[in-house]
Order: sequence, then C-alpha cells, then structure tokens
Amino acid sequence: MEVRNEDENTNLLGSVDWFTIILYLIMVVAGAVSIYAATYDYDKASMFDLSEYSGKQFMWAAMAFLIGFSLLLIDRRIYEAYAYPIYGFMILLLIITIFVAPDIKGSRSWLVFGPVSLQPAEFTKAATALALAKLFSTYGFTLNGWRNYAIAIAIIVLPILCIILEKETGSALVYTALIFVLYREGMSGFVLFAALMAVVYFVVVLKFAAATFMGIPLGMVIAFILVMTLIVGMLLVYCRSWILGRNVLLGYLAAGALAGGLTLAGVHVNGYAFFLPVIFLSLLYLLWGMLHDDLRKVLITVCFAASSVLFMFMVDIAFNKVLEPHQQKRIMVTLGIADDPRGAGYNVNQSKIAIGSGGIMGKGFLNGTQTKLKYVPEQHTDFIYCTIGEEKGFVGSVAVLLLYLALILRIITLAERNHSTFARVYAYCVASYLIFHLTINIGMVIGLCPVIGIPLPFFSYGGSSLWGFTILLFILLRIDADRHSYGSW
Amino acid sequence: MRKDYNLEKRKFVIGGFIVAIVLIYIVRLVQLQVLDSSYKAHADNNAFMEKVIYPSRGLIYDRNGKLVVYNTPEYDLMMIPKDVTPFDTVDFCNTLQISRSEFDQRWQEMRKGRNYSAFTQQVFMHHLTPEDYGRLQEKLYRFPGFFVVQRILRQYSYPVAANVLGDIREVNSKDIENDEYYRPGDYTGDLGIEKSYETWLRGIKGKEILIRDATGKIKGRYNDGADDVSPVAGNNLKLSIDIELQAYGELLMQGKVGAIVCIEPKTGEILALVSSPSYDPALLMGKERGKNYRDLVNNRLKPLYDRSYMAAYPPGSTFKPTQGLIFLQEGIISTSTQFPCRHGYINAGLRVGCHGHGSPISLKPALQTSCNAYFCWGFKYMMDKRSKYGSTGKAFEVWKNHMVSMGYGYKLGIDMPGESRGFIPNTAFYDKIYGEGKWSGQTIISDAIGQGEILATPLQIANLSATIANRGYYITPHVVKNIEGIGVLKKNIERHDTDIDKQYYNHIVEGMRMAVLGGTCTRANIPGLDVCGKTGTAQNPHGRDHSVFMGFAPMNDPKIAVCVYVENAGFGAAFGVPIGALMIQRYLRGDSPGLQAQGRAMASRHTIAVPKVKKTTTSGTQADKHKKQPSKPVSSDGSEE
Repeated sequence: MEVRNEDENTNLLGSVDWFTIILYLIMVVAGAVSIYAATYDYDKASMFDLSEYSGKQFMWAAMAFLIGFSLLLIDRRIYEAYAYPIYGFMILLLIITIFVAPDIKGSRSWLVFGPVSLQPAEFTKAATALALAKLFSTYGFTLNGWRNYAIAIAIIVLPILCIILEKETGSALVYTALIFVLYREGMSGFVLFAALMAVVYFVVVLKFAAATFMGIPLGMVIAFILVMTLIVGMLLVYCRSWILGRNVLLGYLAAGALAGGLTLAGVHVNGYAFFLPVIFLSLLYLLWGMLHDDLRKVLITVCFAASSVLFMFMVDIAFNKVLEPHQQKRIMVTLGIADDPRGAGYNVNQSKIAIGSGGIMGKGFLNGTQTKLKYVPEQHTDFIYCTIGEEKGFVGSVAVLLLYLALILRIITLAERNHSTFARVYAYCVASYLIFHLTINIGMVIGLCPVIGIPLPFFSYGGSSLWGFTILLFILLRIDADRHSYGSW
Repeated sequence: MRKDYNLEKRKFVIGGFIVAIVLIYIVRLVQLQVLDSSYKAHADNNAFMEKVIYPSRGLIYDRNGKLVVYNTPEYDLMMIPKDVTPFDTVDFCNTLQISRSEFDQRWQEMRKGRNYSAFTQQVFMHHLTPEDYGRLQEKLYRFPGFFVVQRILRQYSYPVAANVLGDIREVNSKDIENDEYYRPGDYTGDLGIEKSYETWLRGIKGKEILIRDATGKIKGRYNDGADDVSPVAGNNLKLSIDIELQAYGELLMQGKVGAIVCIEPKTGEILALVSSPSYDPALLMGKERGKNYRDLVNNRLKPLYDRSYMAAYPPGSTFKPTQGLIFLQEGIISTSTQFPCRHGYINAGLRVGCHGHGSPISLKPALQTSCNAYFCWGFKYMMDKRSKYGSTGKAFEVWKNHMVSMGYGYKLGIDMPGESRGFIPNTAFYDKIYGEGKWSGQTIISDAIGQGEILATPLQIANLSATIANRGYYITPHVVKNIEGIGVLKKNIERHDTDIDKQYYNHIVEGMRMAVLGGTCTRANIPGLDVCGKTGTAQNPHGRDHSVFMGFAPMNDPKIAVCVYVENAGFGAAFGVPIGALMIQRYLRGDSPGLQAQGRAMASRHTIAVPKVKKTTTSGTQADKHKKQPSKPVSSDGSEE
C-alpha cells in the first residue's frame, strides 16, 4: 500500500495517538509547575522567568514540543533504514563523551556546548530501542540460538558499558529493563523468573544477615528453605511429577523432623551441615528420577536449585567482600537494616518526611515547607516526586502514579496493535524504560528502593531527560501512526 | 509476519508487573501519607524555629513602695553547633574579649553539658554586657550559627535582704523535667521569694515562629507573625518587708550570728527578716555568680542558711509565756497560785537553777523575773495530774496540742522555701526513749523552760510574740504583701486562733510588761512605746548561751512583734533586749541620728571573730545604687577588698 505525500499530514492528524499526546502534555506541564514549587523562594520571580528552573523547564518543554512535532513529520522508513547508523553514532558519542566531558560531581556524562549541557546517555535510549527493533524485524530473525541472543544482548550491553565508564551507573542500569523486550519476543519466562528470584534471594540474604539461626545467618536459613520450597513447587507445578515432588517433600520433612529432634535432645545442628547435604541428596535423587520422567524439565529444576544455592553464597560474598562500605550502607539503609537519618539515609528520610507530611490533600501549591526550604536534596531533579507528595498529598501522588500507569499500559496497547515487529519491539523498549524509571525513581523517593540517581521522566528538571523521553515517545507515535501503511506482510 | 498469540499473552505479564508495582506504591503512600501522622510533626520541626522572647521578670518593691529589685538587660551568646561553619576564632575572641584558651574551655564545657546536642541551641556564653553585645552585633554575620538572646539581669537597689530576695540561676535538668515551662538555658528563682514566687515573677514567654531552611538560614517570619505570641511580663511583688528596717536589722547584727524577725501582729506581715551573717544580693548575679556561690556555700558561717526561719533553736525562757497560758487554760494554776523557788526548782534530787528573787512567787512576777522554778512546778503538776488526764502520756498530748495551736512543732507556712518546723515532742517520742509509762513530768521537766528537746525557729518565737500581742490569734507570717495584678494570696491572710482563751493572754501581757518595767528586759523600756518583752537565755551544746528576746509594742495597740536570737551571746539582756528595743524604736519612731549612732555602736559589738567585710562589687554603677547603704554585709570570703 502506498501513501501519497500530500495526504500525509491529514492522515497523520487522524492516525496519531492523541491519548498518549494528552498524557504527555499533562505530565510535562505538571512537571514544570512542580519544579516551580520545588525551587520556589520567597523573593523569587514568576514561574516563567528564564532565570528560574521552572522557566528554563518551560523553555526545554517548548523545544521538546518542537522536536516531537518534527519527529512526527519524519517517515518511519527513515527510522528503520537508519536505525543501525544512529545506534553506531550514539555509541561513538558516548565513547567520546567519556574522554571530553568535564567532571561534574564525579560523573563524566555531560557534553557542554556553551550555556547548554546535554547528556548523550539520555538520547542513546532511543537509539538502542531503534537498533533492537531493527534487529528483531530483520527478515527471518527469531530469538533462538546463542548467536542471535548474543547479538541482541550485545546491543543492550554496549551502551551499559559506555555509561558505566561515564560513571553514571544509575542511567546504565536502565537498559537492563530491556529484559522485558527479550521476554516478550520469545526469551524463556524462566529467565525473568530467575531474575525475580535473584532479587528475592538478594534481599532475604542481606536483610536477615545480622540474626543467626542454627549457627548460620538467618537470611541463609530462609533462603535454603525458599530453595527447598521452590524445588518441590517446580516438581509439582512445572514438571507435573507428583511422585518426585511427594518423595522430595517427604524427605525434607523427615530431615526437618530429625534436625528438630536432635536440637531438642541438646545436639547442636549446624545450618550448613544440615541444609547443604539435604539439598544435595535431594538433587541426586532427582538426577536418578530423571530416568523415569521428563528429562529436560527435571534437569532445569536441578540446575535452578543448584544455581540458587550458588547465588546465595555469591550474594553473601559479593556484599561483604566486593562492595565498598558506602555502597553496603546505602543498600542496608534501603533494606531497613541500618538506620542513618543524617548520613546515607538523609535524602530518603527527608523525602519520606516531605511526602508523609503532605497527608491526604497536601499542603497546597507553594506551601510545602520540606521542599521549599531545601530539606530534600535534588528536589527539582531526582526527588521531584516529593514536591508533589508534600503539596498535593496522597491524591496528587496517586494521580501521578495513575498517569504513568495509563501511559505505560497505553504504550503496551500500541505495541500490540501494531502488526510489525519493528513497531512492537520499539514500543516495548519505550515501555520498559518507563517501567524502570518509574519503579526505581518513585521507589527511591518513598524509601522502597535504593537511591539510584535517575530522573522521573517528564517531571524531573533537565533538558536531556525531557528531550530524550520526548524523542522516544514521538518516534513511537510516528511509527504507530503509520501502522496501517505497514501491515503484516 | 504471523502473530504469535502465545507470545502476545506475555503482555499481561509485563502489564501485570507495572500494575503490581503501582499498587505496592499506592499502599506505601497510604502508609506514609494517610496512616502515619508523625511525618507532619517532623516536617514542622524542620521548617519552623520557635524563637523564645523572654518576658521581663517581675519587679520587687518594699512595703513603702521603694524599688528593691529591678532588671537591666544582658545577653546570652547562643549557637547551634551544626550550623557553625569555620570562622575567624581570633576575631571572635577579640570581639568577646576572651582568650583563646577560655574559648577552647567554653567550647569543651558546652560539649560536655548534659543537654548538649549539635542540633539544638546551646549557650556558648552567658552574661554579655550591653557593650559586649554592641561590639559583637556588628560582626555577628561573620560567625554563622551564633546568635544572641536578650536576657535580664537582676539589679538590687539595696545591698540587704539577700536571704529574703533570693536569686536566680540557670535551670538544671531536674527543673526542665518537672516543669515544662523551662528550656535549657532558662533562669529560675533559686532562693528566697525568687524561688517561692517564681511562677508569678517569671511571666509568660512569648514566641516568634521563624521559617528556617535546610542550611539553618532564617527565611522570614511564619505567616507574617500572625501566630507569634507576645511575652507577658512577670507580676511585680510588693513586700511586707520595710527595707530600711531590714537594713537597720542587718546593721545591728553585724559581727553576730543569729536572726531578727519583726512581724506586724494584726496582719502577719513580716517587717524584717534578718539572718546573720548576710551578704550582698548582687553577689549572686552576673558573671561571677558561680564563684561567689561556691564561696558562700563553703563559708563556715553558712550565710546562705537563713537562720530566721530555717534554724531551729532551743527557745529558752521565751517559751515560758506559752507554759503560763497552758497552765491557766488547763486550770493547773490561777493568777494567784504561788510556787516556791529556792534558787531553783528542787524536787526528788533534781535541781533546776534559778536566780535570786522572792519566794514563793505567782505567775506575773514569775514572768517578770523569768523564774524557772515556777514553770517547772506548773509543768510537773500538769503532767502528774492523773485525776484529770489519766496518765502523764495523756497529759503530755494535751500539752503538745496546745503548743501546736500556738504555731510550734509544725511549719508556720511562711512564703519562703525551706522552712524548718522546729520540734515539739509527743508522747510516743518519750515512750520510745524511756518506755511507756516509765516517764513523768519530772523526767522531762526541761521542756517547761524551753530547753530539753524543744526547738523553735526565731520565726515561731516572733509569731508567739505576735499571737500574745493579738491576745490569742496569728495570721500566717509572710514576706510578700501582694502580687500586682493578682492581689493578696489567700494563704497569707489566714487567721489561726489558738485554743487558749483570750482572757488568759491579758495576764501574760501584763507579766511581759512587768518584765520590761522592772524585770529582765528593763533595757527595752522605751518611754511612750509601752514595750512588752520576755528574755531568753538558751543553753545549748555548742558553747555559750544564746541571747534571746521576744517582745511587742505598744502594749495595747501592738504594731510590731519582734524576736531577736543571737547565738552564743550570753544573757538575753546582753544582746537580745537592746537589739529588739532598737528595732522597735526604728520601726515605730523612724530614723534618727541617735538611733544611727546606737546602731553603729551595736554593730561594733561582735560575738564572733568576723573579719572586716568587703563591700561588694559588681560595677561602678552598681556601687552608686548603694548610696543608701546602711550596712556592711558580711562577704562570702570575709576578706577585705
């Protein structure tokens, strides 16, 4: 099907997703207003004064609208055709940045052009998404075989490495969210599950590291029990092998009873001396049991259990031996193990106070004391959500969450309504980035995630972030607008 | 490309993930914003700084409206340690005129303080003079974290009545715990009426609510000051003390240890409350307070110990009028009853000595001559009168209750802190010592003449004098006449009637008048003033007898009741009577050159070796205010300046 050039604009207005654009506009305006509130001072000028953060943000926003509109005018074929060159160019820019960027608070991620500084890492998000979309839409490409996986993962890991070298670990971590895209495109759900379990083990082992039980850290005991539950669960649900599951469960119960009896009898039972042999024996039994059952699924179960145990020990060692003390502290504060309201926990503590003091209805626009008096550091950038929480209260905070939820779900809908792989993969990339930013940024501000310095898209102050996400979103909108022209073929 | 519907279902996993995250975050927001209300307080704590505005402390006037205690401003240098950034310490020390080592020492002391916190205001230096403040204010901006709070400094117009006025000191952690009015660094009354009238004198603190940012900078007043509270000045006090009489009393007591209490009988108002040795109240204010306070505490004569109402002495013969009253009331004697006195009370191998006078003797001459034997016999007959009381124990309880009704054995309730209750034993007390039923009037015969176990404060003795002057009642003695804006406190006009009939008092008054006209206190016989009196010569285990006088005047319209108690000064006639007579004249007749000369003569008669006394010393202006200085107070260390 061919589209005539003169019809393009009319078609565009009709087929572009206005719902997304409206959500976008609401967020950008609400963001700039929040920045005005966050940086408001008694003797300061109006919201639109260009010497103020809010004024600058409105300027950034105006330019972002221009960029967005321009992107809507670019034919989607251009994006498809130039996906790799754009990606290559951006990677090159990242590498150059490492060497030419000035040191700003320890990070070398800013390119300075006179009065304007830009962060290439924010724009690489779109480039990586395009490259990934291009790869998956290559004729005959499926996520099968180590070679294809390697290419896909390389596209994701390359910017991560560059950005880590720029000392912007937070921004680098964002790309790990693309695991959702790989999952959607056929990667085994098992990997996602394993990633989830890795986070669970990590939290459990560290959170309960201080207490001891059976002579070993309580966290390890809980993790061992988790692994054993997982083995039984996988045998029953995943392998659907009732007999193996029952036998392993009975074995565990018998071993548990034995350990309990010994303890009651006054014999000290060491946790490692108990759990490791029991799990090892159960896995040996399963290897033998494989002969009678579905070989592949039981083997996966065994491998999963074994690597779980390995991972537990790795977390323990990595945390205590590899991480720097200040990183340990930051993680411990987040997990609620250590309390340090004046040190590592200062930002989060003040930000919790800001949000908590907002109550249900909030203190009202410009009436927030925590943010206005600068108790919350980075309040106009990474901690902008505080201002909303303090001045707009529970109602405003939830409204922002729901705006994001609507945007992300809308993007998933856009992804699925496109029949082309390129559009779908690109859309999922955008959704993944947003999921990661939302989860980490707001989680950090309300004290549920570690402090990782990434902005709240469309809200946080800063041209790079706003432009980066605008570009991401408007490329998607243009690609989506063309969905009827590029049907399945 | 064919759509893989199996993979399309995975959108639910990804969508479900973000829905779950948003739900978890909403739950967290409910917890933070809806359920937990403590964050609001945290935020207010952060943002609002309450600056206390101290009220002016109440002024103190004497009964004639003379200003006795007033305020001048002084300044405290405060700091919030966390807000302090490195500053030029040399400049700082020069401005405050302190040495570097003093600076370091203050810093150390502050850090070691009990209430130290880097986040709350700490007192760096007390008692900056207005001159210090003037110099500092210009440079204060160079020393972030430091600020100045205006406080008040008590000033005294007269260098007397320190024991009555008391002083103020910085609150300690106990004060803060007990009274939520106080914050670290506040002042509170420590002794005297500064302490007992603290709640009226201190006033109500005002506050200014300021907005403070994260760096500690003040960004302005909250709500344009709409929620600020102005301080309410403390109530002024009008003393019942006549400050000039007080000064004269302190002059008379120079070189002696003891007390003078003068009471207006009709009102219970204390006209003078002298304790000797005394000190200049100005010693306990300002920069030198700590050192001076230590000196006063360590002084062997205990000038901080107010002998007039804290010390319990044997009342000696001043006790005899109470015995006469009880015997008359109980029908043990009549005015014509006579007892023998052969140079003393001699009975069953016991002898209580007496001096030469006629025998036998009746009540009024017995009071006139202060006959020991008479009151011993009366006491013995009362204690042994089984027909009336059943047992000595029961008789003694009756006796004790009469004593209590006359204000002995319990605190009188003076409006000053730390009053002593004296001591009147009861039956259980003697039962414990001698065994129940194993003692009789003879055993405790010394009680009859105010010796033995009996103890009374000079205030109680003066109060007895007032009660006799009133013929049977007293008003709770007090030093504060009224509180401006509040009026007279109810407890200060409470009338207490004794359980002795009024008629009997007239006999005692006559006896006491006879003692002045031709008995033990003839030196108090001032023509035209009709003085009634009773001497006392109190034996005590600490050396020479105490010289005591109790009296009132004029006889039929009493205006002043007095008790003079001079430790280790011999006969009552030696010191007690002349001092009492001078006090009565000074009050009833006013100042005169003759009285001043007699006062100075008395001041030079010392009973203890008190070295000459330094004039105290704060500043030049302070000394000028002491123009009327009628006495030289005993200093803390006794050395001459």
